[in-house]
Amino acid sequence: MKLNVKGLEFGYTSMPVLADVCLELAPSEMLGIVGPNGAGKSTLIRCINRILNPQSGRILLDENDIKNMDGIELAKKMGYIPQTASQIFPTTVFDAILMGRRPHIGWRSGEEDHEKVLDVLELLDIEDLAMRDIKELSGGQQQRVFIARALAQEPDVLLLDEPTSNLDIRHQLEVMEIITDLVAKDGISAIMAIHDLNLASKYTDRVLIMKEGKIFDAGSPSGVLTPENIRSVYGVEAEVIHRVDSNGGRPYIVPIRPLTE
Amino acid sequence: MRIYNRGEMNATEVGTKRAEITAQYKEFIGRKIIFILSCITAICIIAAISATLGSYPITVTEVYHIIVHSPFQNIDISHPITVTELYHTIVHNSFQDFINTNEEYVVWKLRLPRIVMGILAGIGLAVAGTAMQGILRNPLVSPTTIGIAAGAHLGAAIAFILGAGFTSGKLILMGNAFLFALIPAFVIFGLARFKRATPEMMILAGIAMTFIFSSVSSLLHYFSDPDMLKGLVVWKMGNLGNATWGDLFTVSLVLAVCIPLLIWKSWDLNTMGAGDEIAKSLGVNVKRTRIFVMMTASLLTAVVICFTGMITFVGLVAPHICRIIIGGDTRFLIPASGLFGAVFLLFSDTVARTIVAPVIIPVGIVTSCVGGPLFLYLIIRKRREYW
Repeated sequence: MKLNVKGLEFGYTSMPVLADVCLELAPSEMLGIVGPNGAGKSTLIRCINRILNPQSGRILLDENDIKNMDGIELAKKMGYIPQTASQIFPTTVFDAILMGRRPHIGWRSGEEDHEKVLDVLELLDIEDLAMRDIKELSGGQQQRVFIARALAQEPDVLLLDEPTSNLDIRHQLEVMEIITDLVAKDGISAIMAIHDLNLASKYTDRVLIMKEGKIFDAGSPSGVLTPENIRSVYGVEAEVIHRVDSNGGRPYIVPIRPLTE
Repeated sequence: MRIYNRGEMNATEVGTKRAEITAQYKEFIGRKIIFILSCITAICIIAAISATLGSYPITVTEVYHIIVHSPFQNIDISHPITVTELYHTIVHNSFQDFINTNEEYVVWKLRLPRIVMGILAGIGLAVAGTAMQGILRNPLVSPTTIGIAAGAHLGAAIAFILGAGFTSGKLILMGNAFLFALIPAFVIFGLARFKRATPEMMILAGIAMTFIFSSVSSLLHYFSDPDMLKGLVVWKMGNLGNATWGDLFTVSLVLAVCIPLLIWKSWDLNTMGAGDEIAKSLGVNVKRTRIFVMMTASLLTAVVICFTGMITFVGLVAPHICRIIIGGDTRFLIPASGLFGAVFLLFSDTVARTIVAPVIIPVGIVTSCVGGPLFLYLIIRKRREYW
């Protein structure tokens, strides 16, 4: 499934948040969105999933404008993974993942839906948590449940809103590996808003760097994550190290100090 | 396809694990169904006992005999009863034709309407509370705590004072109650939407509105003539004793329409429990669902309150206890909580009838005595469990 975003504009009352955002996503591609707080990363993700309604611009899935799709149809094509849980009432992991089947089922969940839940439980190695309450889990485990729920939707595109920002480094790496594996093997494509430039560099195919609601630069990690871009976007002096190692020549970003104007 | 680090697990182990989870999940569902069935059993038992209690002594077997044989033995099987006839028998005639003895009079005219109203009102209020908690994502919400009950009561009281009597203008009474119930519903809505209200803020707004409504209804009491006053005051306290078979017919009709609609929406309520964003990303029209469910729950509350007065806290107690026992899945929680609400209200009414017998105290007083402390406990416990 190919995703195409054209001329997206979004604002709250009079404050523009996104201005003329265009992007393309090929099947099996992982796109990272980086940028400082308030640059519009999360807003962009939410607009693409129609959680927010942009004022203008078009979002096309294989040439079909998502404006013309109903919610269920869209939910079968796109899965959204939030940053943290906002579950209020007790819910088991199994039931939380079963929610992901909602676009596919009527009132009763069938045998097939339970099988699908078992599949994703296994895929994410969280079978042992199946009957636990979602609120009892650690951040990393919860993040896996969210990924599992989105996968139970059987989407073509995954949208992730800073999935790693509450996790320790081991869980950050694990979650990123899970996503890249899915993208590589299942032909799912992913758009991920992410704070950590090194994770973006290591795991994404393409990086889009945003500043004040606009796309500042886009391209391969080594083309975008340059000291110049980091200085202009974040106001941070950084060193970018290129090393020939198992990382495939992807850059390492070492932040040094915030610049005073 | 495997993601990472599960090389040591072979195919059979994976298979057993799947079977294990499936079995656990089935047992989990089974437990919910058992709970629902136990509630139904409890309703039957309490109803049977309750029918024997009172100043006129009747035994359980007599009650059983009167219910099973009396009205239906005379029905001519060769001439099947039509819906209109049934409606006439229940609503206009109130089973009058079948009443020959004192025992039959006591059971059919006095005790059964009260018991059935207890069951219906309990179901209605508890389901309304469960649905409201779901859409507002707030376990402190219930028809009582956000002022919807007080609004409905005031609406009905105003209609009553202006001349729509208990016997004639029931439709006007219910309509006005519904209208007034929508005021707090949409104030709470607005707060949640535009002010990003915290759970506590919603409740405080509800309490404020309850005060306003209740002072207006006190004003009505103050200016009403003494004949009306007692009726109004008793009605305000919540009372099942005035139910007629016609009322029961109306209430069950409203329940039969509203509750399936809410159960049908239970998947959407489940997803909204995980957050608006998740619900939207799963294809739920969050805004529309919220308004629809709120209106339906307000209608349920308004209709029940019209016939019973202010019965408080059933819609708070029932969903809480049920959630502790069977978990938060709304598909099961709505029916379970409704039935538990019926058990709770029926039990409270039985207590109300017997505790200082032969005086019967308003049931609302008993439910408040149970619900008030629970509400206080929930506030004190704060954000530990699920909010």
